[in-house]
Amino acid sequence: MGDLSDPTVWLPLVFAGLMGLSILIYVVLDGYDLGIGMLMIVAEDDEKDRMIASIGPFWDANETWLVLAVGLLLVAFPTAHGTILTALYLPVALMLIGLILRGVAFDFRAKVSPPRKPLWNFLFFLGSLIAALSQGFMLGMYVMGLDWTLAHVAFAALIACCLAAAYMTIGSTWLIYKMEDLLQKKAVTWAKRTLIFTAFGMGTISLATPLVSPRIFDKWFSFPEILALAPLPLGAGALFLGLVLILRKLPKDKDRHAWLPLFLTGNIFVLGFLGLAYSFYPYVVPDKLTIYEAAAAPESLTIILIGTLFVLPAILIYTAFAYYVFRGKATDLSYD
Amino acid sequence: MDAVTLARMQFGANISFHILFPTITIALGWVLLYFKMAYARSGDSKWMDAYFFWVKIFALSFAMGVVSGITMSFQFGTNWPGYMERVGNIAGPLLAYEVLTAFFLEAVFLGIMLFGFSRVSNRVHTIATFLVAFGTTVSAFWIIALNSWMQTPTGFEMRDGVAHATDWFAIVFNPSMPYRLVHMLLASGLTVSFLIAGLSAFRWLRSDRSPGNRVALKTGVTLAAILIPVQIYAGDLHGLNTLEHQPAKVAAMEANWTTQSNVPLVLFAIPDQETRENKFEIAIPNGASLILKHDPDGIIPGLNDFVAADGTINHPPVAPVFFAFRIMVGVGLAMLAVSWFATWYLRNGQDLRPWLAWILVGMAFSGWIATLAGWYTTEIGRQPWLVTGVLTTTEAASDVAAGMIASTFIAYLVVYAGLIVAYIATLMYVSDKAAKQTPGAQSDKGYQPGFSSSPAE
Ligand code: HDD
Ligand code: HEM
Ligand code: HEM
Repeated sequence: MGDLSDPTVWLPLVFAGLMGLSILIYVVLDGYDLGIGMLMIVAEDDEKDRMIASIGPFWDANETWLVLAVGLLLVAFPTAHGTILTALYLPVALMLIGLILRGVAFDFRAKVSPPRKPLWNFLFFLGSLIAALSQGFMLGMYVMGLDWTLAHVAFAALIACCLAAAYMTIGSTWLIYKMEDLLQKKAVTWAKRTLIFTAFGMGTISLATPLVSPRIFDKWFSFPEILALAPLPLGAGALFLGLVLILRKLPKDKDRHAWLPLFLTGNIFVLGFLGLAYSFYPYVVPDKLTIYEAAAAPESLTIILIGTLFVLPAILIYTAFAYYVFRGKATDLSYD
Repeated sequence: MDAVTLARMQFGANISFHILFPTITIALGWVLLYFKMAYARSGDSKWMDAYFFWVKIFALSFAMGVVSGITMSFQFGTNWPGYMERVGNIAGPLLAYEVLTAFFLEAVFLGIMLFGFSRVSNRVHTIATFLVAFGTTVSAFWIIALNSWMQTPTGFEMRDGVAHATDWFAIVFNPSMPYRLVHMLLASGLTVSFLIAGLSAFRWLRSDRSPGNRVALKTGVTLAAILIPVQIYAGDLHGLNTLEHQPAKVAAMEANWTTQSNVPLVLFAIPDQETRENKFEIAIPNGASLILKHDPDGIIPGLNDFVAADGTINHPPVAPVFFAFRIMVGVGLAMLAVSWFATWYLRNGQDLRPWLAWILVGMAFSGWIATLAGWYTTEIGRQPWLVTGVLTTTEAASDVAAGMIASTFIAYLVVYAGLIVAYIATLMYVSDKAAKQTPGAQSDKGYQPGFSSSPAE
């Protein structure tokens, strides 16, 4: 790793960490609202309004983490930004179109004349689905080293479906936390059904990553690293188990533990992310470009870092404030 | 078509679509704050009626701005990888500061502004409204700083072909930045005031005589009348500044081919780049010299100075810049005429007349036209440079296959065309609905907190 007092060593590391953090926050937060978008297709009309009410105040801020993540990629690792985004040109464009459709459908569906509403509901679903699938596809391609071969595309397509399922899982757990009565019960069912695909997807990625890259294989399966790393898969397994058990019991009296599935699923995402981060470090373009080679000039990174150190805590505080303002069941929101 | 041209068209289409909505949200945020404050001061519920109607339009425009903006932040990487490699050390921090200081602020408090009315105290709600308006303005500050730096770069040095910052103050407050920021913020104010006047007039035509609508109309017309002279003055200063830093752009704006004194002001012409002269020219003698140098004998640089000895053309394409500039100024003059006349006509509480209402409806989106025309002048006018003197557009292009760009380009166009239609149709629909809900002069209906503030209604 080199000398940590040298800014060309620690700055890229810090920025890789910040970028990773915002991707992780993005996947968890926008994951639940994209998931809810996809679940719309199986919900009744009045349920749709309530489901959307539960994400209304949050989705924009959730998506801002994506902007921050690409922004950091762009500013901290400019060469990697170009390489990755040109390699993923088509899925990126698809994802953007998906995000456009759902972002505006959100507002249009509430304002257009009643006969048009089903169309925008459908576009909301479609946009969420396209966005989730393309993100999963990009993840798959990234794991495979960004090479467009038929096998890689097939693998990426599989991961696309699994990530969509994972978003639906976390979306359902958000609904369990935010909804009451029948819709809450439905959400429990949805969570159970999608969970298995989530588990399958994580398993597949965990197996595939070391298999495609000998470097990653060595990183995981050598002694003593394997001991230090064991908590990752074991922890994920335990979380999955816990989730299955609690989902069988929900909903409980007085709405106890309604928050627990969301919490557990969020942590599954965290562990999965840590595993990936460990596999790929120090590369930002898999096996081609390290964060040190791709980093921008230290003086530019320093100026961003100073700003970040001041602003990030403020962002976290007012985000927490917003979640506090909109705490509790979403039916309390003044939607009609 | 080659990949560079396609990439430019795609980028141009995306940013043109994007800017339509920031232009609305930046100033509308402040207008909403004004409505709230006016209500707090007067206690008259008409202000809240105006607020609740316009906050819906704000929410919709904001959503359009956010999603198209997210697209923009990816386009730098997909379309111009060379850009970030060359000037990323400067563009990067400016973009990062925009995300950190503006986007999160807007996005988080927007939730409270739109959905929190009945959940937080009125004070907190007003603060949230303020922070949203403030956030959009801060975001304009950073992105305009970056764009202006690309036009008039200062405060950096080149090392091994890569720009490195030497003076951040000089980078942010580069020579054209104050002019461009002021001109853009005023453009936003004008776009919003004509939109408000136009939609209110539309409601009036649908026999909506509610005080809430009337007060919005009055606000729109008055605001426009105040801002437009300031904008024209600011535009003049902006042009003088451009003459100093980007003379080729001004030469293209004026379609002036040779450097000379007593340059006429060309009102209309068809500039022909092949023969390097204007066809069908109608001009006011000495006009351009007077405007740009405040002296009929003033010498103005001509386009022929920007042709290299080997014939390479180093000035922008003339016709688009020339026409775009005339469209902007033309709309500006129309705005002056309409807003002053309407303000005069509506003085002392006079009511509208159908013909005047129709004029205002016709001007509802004039701000969009002027804004786009202005940006086209600015952006096409800096060609062939992407960053003046540092990086040309061709150097920044990516090596993505033309077919791929073309197919995504068509997809974007289809989506955007559909959305623009839906957006305008929805504005008309909500106006119509609002007009039906408040028949005649039903005034003191009061407002239900949180009721109409929910965009899901
Ligand atoms: C003068 C104003 C202006 C200009 C020239 C631009 N923008 Fe913009 N942008 C805004 C003013 C704005 C805004 C007012 O802040 C928006 C519009 C509506 C909104 O939600 O915020 C916004 C939204 C917005 C968003 C979404 C923010 C969010 O999630 O809340 C992104 C990522 C961008 N923009 C990025 C860009 C890029 C990369 C641009 C240039 C190439 C650009 N914008 C030009
Ligand atoms: C918001 C209003 C804007 C509009 C309407 C606009 C419009 C355009 C148009 C029409 C082009 C194509 C020019 C040509 O190819 O001849 C262009 C190019 C470009 N603009 Fe803008 N622009 C805007 C703002 C910005 C901002 C704020 C930035 C950066 C901070 C920016 C960066 C670029 C870049 C990188 C290109 C591509 C290279 C080029 O063709 O010159 N633009 N823009
Ligand atoms: C009528 C008098 C006006 C004059 C003399 C004027 C002048 C100018 C000039 C010289 C530029 C190009 C500057 C450069 O690129 O270096 C410009 C750009 C621009 N104009 Fe105007 N303008 C006028 C009216 C308007 C109006 C009414 C609007 C919109 C409502 C508008 C919106 C813009 C925008 C958005 C730009 C591009 C951004 C910028 O450079 O600030 N202008 N204007």
